[in-house]
Amino acid sequence: MNISEFIVEVVLENKPAARDPVGETIKRDLLAKKGYSSVTNVRSGQYLRIFVKASNQEEAKTIVNKMCNDLRIFNPITQNFNILKVSDKKK
Amino acid sequence: MPIKIAVVQFPGSNCDLDAVHVLNEVIGVECSLVWHNNFKEAEFDGIILPGGFSFGDYLRAGIIAAHSPAIEQARIMLKDGRPLIGICNGFQILTEAQFLPGALLQNESLKFICKWINIKVENNKTAFTNRMKLNDILDIPIAHGEGRYFTDNLKELEENDQIVFRYTNQKGEITKEANPNGSMNNIAGVCNLEQNCLGLMPHPERASEEILSPNGTFYGKLFFQSMIDFIQKRL
Repeated sequence: MNISEFIVEVVLENKPAARDPVGETIKRDLLAKKGYSSVTNVRSGQYLRIFVKASNQEEAKTIVNKMCNDLRIFNPITQNFNILKVSDKKK
Repeated sequence: MPIKIAVVQFPGSNCDLDAVHVLNEVIGVECSLVWHNNFKEAEFDGIILPGGFSFGDYLRAGIIAAHSPAIEQARIMLKDGRPLIGICNGFQILTEAQFLPGALLQNESLKFICKWINIKVENNKTAFTNRMKLNDILDIPIAHGEGRYFTDNLKELEENDQIVFRYTNQKGEITKEANPNGSMNNIAGVCNLEQNCLGLMPHPERASEEILSPNGTFYGKLFFQSMIDFIQKRL
């Protein structure tokens, strides 16, 4: 079986109920004040690029998914977690 | 056997030495500073997780320390009924380890807040509040950037009497102005169901001697005296 290296991109974001003062401040104190009234909402978060060895993209995604849940990489009480993209490192 | 307390030190802890000083010199019990990888629960009657920025607050405050071997040891102590207090970053570690319900988020103001505030005692039956009276107003300092308490289960916390402290004004009124960080329902500290584990954002170890307080008070001492009383009753 061929093992390759993949890049799994993960985003952690506060759930709406937990609020996001960083996003609120960017929208209220910067964008709105500079006239970007078309912006209706900004949510901030954390972005991780996780490099992982696996036999295929699906396996890389499964490893990261399990890891994020088991080790509480995201806090399920306050945050949502999304795998944005899985790509082959060589490409 | 004399009572022995441990203050567990993580990389980035602070006020750890203050806690050791208070236990040794103000309360007068044996207390040691123990590196988190070396902590052995069997040697101690009680444990303090101090404040600070364990592991640089990377990923989220408290999450990396929550996976430390010391936390597995602390879990054994808790099950055995021994007392555990998490102060500030220690509170963040306890929520991330799921010893306590809820989570601590970035302050609503986005600012690091360092000042003396007031809290009200809402449960005086815990291992750390048994020397206090219900509705007592304590003045005590806070120093944190991520202290906004959040829970998705407020009703259950209230029903189980797990809310131990709320931020209030000097009169004991729970107001928005008295809430320094945007915590849900002004919650400053919570306990577990068994009431031997307390987490709070304020720093009792910085408020245990008259000389350190702008108001000449030392309410922090009550936390540690309560802890020792609780241990003595168990022995």
